[in-house]
Amino acid sequence: MLDARTLQQLTDIVGAENIATGAQDLICYGYDATQMEFLPDAVVHPDSAEQVSRILQLANKENFPVFPRGAGSGFTGGALPKGGGVVLVTTRMNRILRIDTDNLVAEVEPGVVTETFQMAVEKLGLFYPPDPASLKFSTLGGNVAECAGGPRAVKYGVTKDFVMGLEVVLPTGAIIRTGGETVKGVVGYDLTKLLCGSEGTLGIITKIIFKLLPYPDSKKTMLTVFDSIDGAARAVSTIIKNKIIPTTLEFMDHATLTCVERRFNLGMPESARAVLLIEVDGDRDLIEKQAGQIHKLIEPLGLVQFRVAKDAAESEELWRVRRLVSPSLRDVNPDKFNEDIVVPRSKVPDVIRRIEVIQKRYDIPIVNFGHAGDGNIHVNIMIDKSVPGQLEKAHEAIKEVFQAALDLGGTMSGEHGVGLAKQPYIPLELNAAQIAAMKSIKAALDPNNILNPGKMLP
Amino acid sequence: MTKKHIDPLERVAQEMKKCVKCGACRANCPAFGTFQREPATARGKVALAQHLVKGDITLDDGTYSAMSKCLLCGSCVDKCPNQVPTDEIVIAAREALAQRRGLTTFHKAVGQVIRNRKLMNFGALAAAVLGPIFFRKVPSTSGLRLRFPMPFIGGSRHIPQIAKKPFMKRHPEIIKGEPGKPTIVFFVGCMTNFVYTEIGEATLALFRHLGCTVIIPQGQQCCGLPGMSGGDLETVRELAEQNLAAIEKHEADYVMTACATCGGALHKLYPLVIGKRNPELKARLQAVADKTVDAAVLLQKLGLHPEETGTGQRLRVTYHDPCHHRTAGIAKQPRALLKETPGLDLVEMEGADRCCGLGGTFNVYHYESSLDINAGKSKAIIDTGADAVVTGCPGCIMQLSDGLKQAGDKTRVLHTVELLARKIRR
Ligand SMILES: Cc1cc2nc3c(=O)[nH]c(=O)nc-3n(C[C@H](O)[C@H](O)[C@H](O)COP(=O)(O)OP(=O)(O)OC[C@H]3O[C@@H](n4cnc5c(N)ncnc54)[C@H](O)[C@@H]3O)c2cc1C
Ligand code: SF4
Ligand code: SF4
Repeated sequence: MLDARTLQQLTDIVGAENIATGAQDLICYGYDATQMEFLPDAVVHPDSAEQVSRILQLANKENFPVFPRGAGSGFTGGALPKGGGVVLVTTRMNRILRIDTDNLVAEVEPGVVTETFQMAVEKLGLFYPPDPASLKFSTLGGNVAECAGGPRAVKYGVTKDFVMGLEVVLPTGAIIRTGGETVKGVVGYDLTKLLCGSEGTLGIITKIIFKLLPYPDSKKTMLTVFDSIDGAARAVSTIIKNKIIPTTLEFMDHATLTCVERRFNLGMPESARAVLLIEVDGDRDLIEKQAGQIHKLIEPLGLVQFRVAKDAAESEELWRVRRLVSPSLRDVNPDKFNEDIVVPRSKVPDVIRRIEVIQKRYDIPIVNFGHAGDGNIHVNIMIDKSVPGQLEKAHEAIKEVFQAALDLGGTMSGEHGVGLAKQPYIPLELNAAQIAAMKSIKAALDPNNILNPGKMLP
Repeated sequence: MTKKHIDPLERVAQEMKKCVKCGACRANCPAFGTFQREPATARGKVALAQHLVKGDITLDDGTYSAMSKCLLCGSCVDKCPNQVPTDEIVIAAREALAQRRGLTTFHKAVGQVIRNRKLMNFGALAAAVLGPIFFRKVPSTSGLRLRFPMPFIGGSRHIPQIAKKPFMKRHPEIIKGEPGKPTIVFFVGCMTNFVYTEIGEATLALFRHLGCTVIIPQGQQCCGLPGMSGGDLETVRELAEQNLAAIEKHEADYVMTACATCGGALHKLYPLVIGKRNPELKARLQAVADKTVDAAVLLQKLGLHPEETGTGQRLRVTYHDPCHHRTAGIAKQPRALLKETPGLDLVEMEGADRCCGLGGTFNVYHYESSLDINAGKSKAIIDTGADAVVTGCPGCIMQLSDGLKQAGDKTRVLHTVELLARKIRR
């Protein structure tokens, strides 16, 4: 609980209209896309690094926890105020500070919505590729803190690959800059990379310098249907082995197709067992050639349908199949655990096969789709929480899915992070020495453990 | 809080469970767009409704304030991956609030005005309810200065002229058409009846041109949506019943309206909200809903062919989608008609289907925010360089005119039927 004096001090920092303690506000800043809920004691909306710094200094002095929050679209509870404290929301820090077309860099505040930024740079013929499915509402600060990725990661990489520098308020209140806007730079530790994916536990990001690319000339979208999951998986490795790096290689398994088909009736061939949505971008002539090459390469792998979009509208039509996945899943069961394991690309068929076994053993539907091009599979464990025993079963199944990914040389999470949701499983992936090393970093930067305490590390 | 007060919410409790708190509604909710605070999002309002049902918050000022921040525009519902009916949930919450706290002065006034056709009909309406003389005598805090029937807020607000003679007073109840042609019940709506009578005239001319028999049932009332927006569902039910009776008196192929809001009421909200609460009315409401059709959609269906009539020079127009059209899937039909109309060039604005900010009675409580939303709309319109913005809802017409005037712009605001009516030979 915060005492009246502390609340007054917080009010002095952000102004009366930017602090809330009413029950309604506390509820609305206590959830995220995990659907877990914890009530904070207060919500503050600072407008500058300086205000953030003063809040953190006060937190150290009065010993209350601070939880950074962007849009609250996180899948692992990173922004949730477990145990109570102050939620610090970045919504007001939403300015695009500059877009430098000479050096292809941009500087933004953390509360800018991903898509807003993308559209702003695209107007200037530039390109910011990271495209999490939540881009219409997630914030860039949240993207950096979770190191968000999306379909284009196959070719372009994830958020951290575009972060050149940051302004960060450390947990003690010190405002520092990391990295910069030069292509090279080796002075000191690479704190920029450390902060990427740190889930708001090591500092509050108040400015981000992003690298930009020229907007690709054109793109080509293909929808390819296979009669076996193996065929689709081999298609992925064949394409890459032949030195074509598509922008996107999205994959949907049979269970996913069944869901989409049941709800939306897209008229998939009977024999469809897996779908790959492939996109290539770049120079117009080159991509024409690549599309032809891809067709030839995957033809012998049990291809039953190959559709190429002629224009933007047709491309959108092909993407629709992928976008309909999420809304269709609920028909299977009302509750889902959406995990995002990653395995080396060539291991995708193996991990899918192992998941099939797990699914049979626990007798709960598991639906797989995702970014096959980078080995990142969204494993959706569909249950009905109101059926006794299902929740426990789901937890056991999740553990085995993680283990399968790890056995194949992969990781538990490619982009959603750990937060609260995956915390119990951390010891599956990290050993005691690794955890201790990370904890010592946290302790060094946040001696009083006030910034997003209780998250990520067990 | 007694059980009775949260009853309306209990009724939609199952629907609330569909919300997975993904946050996608942050992208589309105009209320969040302007307030920039989570309780204004659909997700926030659903969460609050859930906590009301659980009982850990009450129908207090905080809840009232959060629930007031909704335009009932339905954008969240259209784009929600889980089809959470936030608009319905907010209506239920407002009903609960009204039951618990009583209606606000403003919504009491709304209820009185919309229930009392006579008050609306008497010739002095303009002076009495809407006229500036009247307003000088009413304190600025009073509800009557506000939305219904016309929004009157502050001196800078664009005030539409009140017609000297209401539309319905100018025409007989039944206007016979050619034999074998469809019979159409015309649901006029208050805005058309009292303010934008030219919309009524244009609609009538168009359907007569097609040879239809047009019936303007004399007993028809306000559709009641301004009341629904305040949670005054008792008034809405009364009006719905009277409208049912008036419409059912006539054998007709269609129930047609040129007001998107009235259409939304008849087609969707009557069965959904009133039907759910009054099962005995459900079948009748549904029967009317099934026959209800928007004027532009029906004109297209009946094969209206706009012709070159030699009236006026080329006009560059842009089209605004009223929320109640968007939620009913009406977007292509009016555009198709406009595209076919000689002398018109249709250009799309950015965010044509974004709410104009009127939002039932939202603009009464949140005029600044309503203006803020409207300012974005005005900019989009102005950016197209169009001579006129065209739409299918008199409510939007009022709001768009206000916004453009505030922006110092002279783009005209017209109803689809007004343009079309110029392109038929009479
Ligand atoms: C429908 C849907 C689809 C999604 N698709 C994808 C996807 O394709 N790829 C993907 O990677 N993710 C996806 N996500 C997950 C989520 O959108 C991302 O993790 C996103 O980056 C979170 O951004 P946010 O602004 O919502 O952050 P929040 O959820 O508010 O916060 C996330 C974490 O970041 C921290 N944080 C936020 N802002 C700051 C800051 N300024 N400084 C320091 N820490 C901060 C918080 O403390 C928290 O730990 C999806 C989520 C949803 C609901
Ligand atoms: S209302 Fe729909 S879009 Fe909004 S959070 Fe809930 S499920 Fe997501
Ligand atoms: S109906 Fe409109 S204003 Fe209300 S929550 Fe939904 S999107 Fe927001």
